[in-house]
Amino acid sequence: MTERPLITDAQNTWCPGCGNFTIQHTLKAVLSDMEKEGKSLDDVVLVTGIGCHAKMADYLNINSFYAIHGRAVPVATGIKLANKRLTVICCVGDGDAYAEGLDHLIFAAKRNIDITVLVHNNRVYGLTTGQYTPTSPLGFRGRSTPSGTPEYPLNPLELMLASGATYIARGYTKKMDQLNHLVRGGIGHKGFACIDILQICATFFNMTDFYNTRVYDLPDGDKGDFLSACQKAREWDYNSESNIALGLFYQRSFPTFEDRVIRKPVQKPDRKGVIGEFLKAHQ
Amino acid sequence: MAGKEVSVLVGGRAGDGINSAGAVIAHFLNHLGYVPYLYFDYPSLIRGGHNFGIIRGSEKPIGVHHDAVDFVLALNQETVFRHRARFHEGTVILFNADVVHADGQGVPVKKILLEEKAPAIMGNSAVIGAFAKAAGIPWDTVNAVFSAHMPKGADLNLRVARRAYDQCSTVLTIPPLGDRRLSLITGNEAIGLGMVAGGLSAYVSYPMTPSSSLLHFLAENAERFGITVVHPENEIAVMLMALGLSYGGQRAAVGTSGGGFCLMTEGLSLAGMAEIPVVLVVSQRTGPSTGLPTYSAQSDLHFILNAGQGEFPRFVVAPADAQEAFFWSAVAMNIAWKYQIPAFILADKTLSEGVYGVDPSKIADVRQDGLLSWDGTEPYRRYADTPSGISPLTFPGTKGAVVKVNSYAHDESGITTEDAGTVVQMTDKRVRKAASLSTEMESYKTVLTEGVPGATTAIACWGSTKGVCSEVAEELGLRTIQPVMMSPFPTGQCTKALAGIRRLIVVEENANGQLAALLRLNGIPHDATVLQYDGRPFTPDTLLSRVRKVIV
Repeated sequence: MTERPLITDAQNTWCPGCGNFTIQHTLKAVLSDMEKEGKSLDDVVLVTGIGCHAKMADYLNINSFYAIHGRAVPVATGIKLANKRLTVICCVGDGDAYAEGLDHLIFAAKRNIDITVLVHNNRVYGLTTGQYTPTSPLGFRGRSTPSGTPEYPLNPLELMLASGATYIARGYTKKMDQLNHLVRGGIGHKGFACIDILQICATFFNMTDFYNTRVYDLPDGDKGDFLSACQKAREWDYNSESNIALGLFYQRSFPTFEDRVIRKPVQKPDRKGVIGEFLKAHQ
Repeated sequence: MAGKEVSVLVGGRAGDGINSAGAVIAHFLNHLGYVPYLYFDYPSLIRGGHNFGIIRGSEKPIGVHHDAVDFVLALNQETVFRHRARFHEGTVILFNADVVHADGQGVPVKKILLEEKAPAIMGNSAVIGAFAKAAGIPWDTVNAVFSAHMPKGADLNLRVARRAYDQCSTVLTIPPLGDRRLSLITGNEAIGLGMVAGGLSAYVSYPMTPSSSLLHFLAENAERFGITVVHPENEIAVMLMALGLSYGGQRAAVGTSGGGFCLMTEGLSLAGMAEIPVVLVVSQRTGPSTGLPTYSAQSDLHFILNAGQGEFPRFVVAPADAQEAFFWSAVAMNIAWKYQIPAFILADKTLSEGVYGVDPSKIADVRQDGLLSWDGTEPYRRYADTPSGISPLTFPGTKGAVVKVNSYAHDESGITTEDAGTVVQMTDKRVRKAASLSTEMESYKTVLTEGVPGATTAIACWGSTKGVCSEVAEELGLRTIQPVMMSPFPTGQCTKALAGIRRLIVVEENANGQLAALLRLNGIPHDATVLQYDGRPFTPDTLLSRVRKVIV
């Protein structure tokens, strides 16, 4: 079996030093491993929103739905409902999933639909050239908030815990091995997986030094305790100067949405029959 | 009773079970061989207020109720006061004597219920029993209808009805017309059945009157029809989830009313650009904004025709009644997937919630064309340029196919592009799809005519007002012209239908004359409009006098 080339001919237009390259390499490595292990990449679908992150749809040579801003998650939910056999991965941005499409993210977690969401959280709008996002720190001077944002950031991990996500992790684009492990884990997890990825935006909000001095790895072990996960998620609120934990925060197994709702289709001849029955019952 | 027809009004408070009483009476008329039609009028609340239904039976096909009524079933006093203008000297009133004073036959509901140890909710059955006797309906018919159409407690309801039946006397016999029995279904049920016949496999919707009953119907019957029904967090998710389902290989439809459709427009434009098939059921109510949630309107035609940024082909049909709704809903499913475009079924409260009599033998086979599918030549290109503009369709999970769809301008393989030539090529491809669709639709009868063929004055109408317009045209010796397909607009068939017409009157339930404007845009001038926008459907009585005023 010849492995498919995983990168398309599309010209890559991310800035030099962009964390998206790390996420792309990670996905490429994960997909390649999956293929080596016998998984057909014909059964993998990537769904993206709109933003720098979303160019992934053009760059990876796999099935993709390049959707619209904030709406990758409901599209992914529909795809999984259409065909349970498909592995559905969403690449979304922080402005994309935590602002424009926040309701969908919460509901996908609530439903525990078996999709994996990678949030390219660079904490700034890149493609629209530098405005604050839901995870930018208080006082962030963006082009729409020249004197500093008056809003505190929201903590996406805490939000995902409260919403019912069954796999919650945080990665960092300067730690590719760990990211690979977390993404593999999310894809392998049967249920809703959300991985918040601290992604470096080299052009508009380079946090490399800030992160490098504060990150540490969470120990392995059982991640089923909700309260400890909450406590850990609250250690850094995306605003303070405290240490930043990376790794898997929470995981539990729980029935998925698609397993609860999908029905066996009735073939056409039967349909004619049931329509006839319905009309007869109403005569 | 004028000619072979009859009208019955049943009124009470919300929560009195007016709907079920109306349905039972409609089935009585159906069993007597009449074509039934049932109009429900109710305010937007759960308890209290005034609900009423008018059940009309006729020897001819009908799709509208009359103002005047021959029988009244009054479950509260307000029914008698409020509808006095509908009564004629022969109107027979049956009423709950515990709470209503009126001239007619009163039924001691409380006493009957006590004697039969029946719950209060069965009080209706007593008044229905009284009506059956007053109208000379044989007890066998009452028995048959209760047994067939009451999901539970038929026996006890029958005992309650029988007591009232025995206490009343026959005053105005509804003459039986024969054995023909139609199926009584609402417009929304017809739309649902039509979509199922057309291959529906998933329905996604957020509740909004008057589309909600379609969601309820499909959800209740999901197992039976083999479909997946999802009610997500909002209409934005509805539309996007449907597009995901469609991309994934399911035939998905959504349903809503104007306000919900506002939220779907970004997804609609995505469907247009990414060429993802989807069917949208939009049932109009009185707007703007929240408007009159439980009343009707025809004021979203131009919204539907123009919604979504950019230009892309769309299919829009506006069926008039349940029979048409079934047929055109199946067609919409077929067209959406064949052309990979959004297809609309545009309804309104009158159609969605009205109960129509349809002939099951005319609910025949519907066409389901095969898809233009991929022949396996790699690489698969989702937007391969073809003479018809239609690209071979396949779904993720297909061996060897990389299926890339894109909201950005894209090339044939679905990769984003800003190249001017490619943008033009792909736009032209979508324009050619629209032309191919127009050509195919010439083989359908997309403009329906009724009334008097040789007439020189015509009424143009669309959607649920066709029934009332046909009756008025018949009465005044006019022709009716009803475009069912609104996009692509059937200018050719319209022009043919208008041959010999010297005066064109457009009848619509909106304030601006939206069909009139659409006709004008397509080079068809009109001479007068008759517009109504109070949320209530035209009745033959009111429309007749208004059309008379504009006939020269």
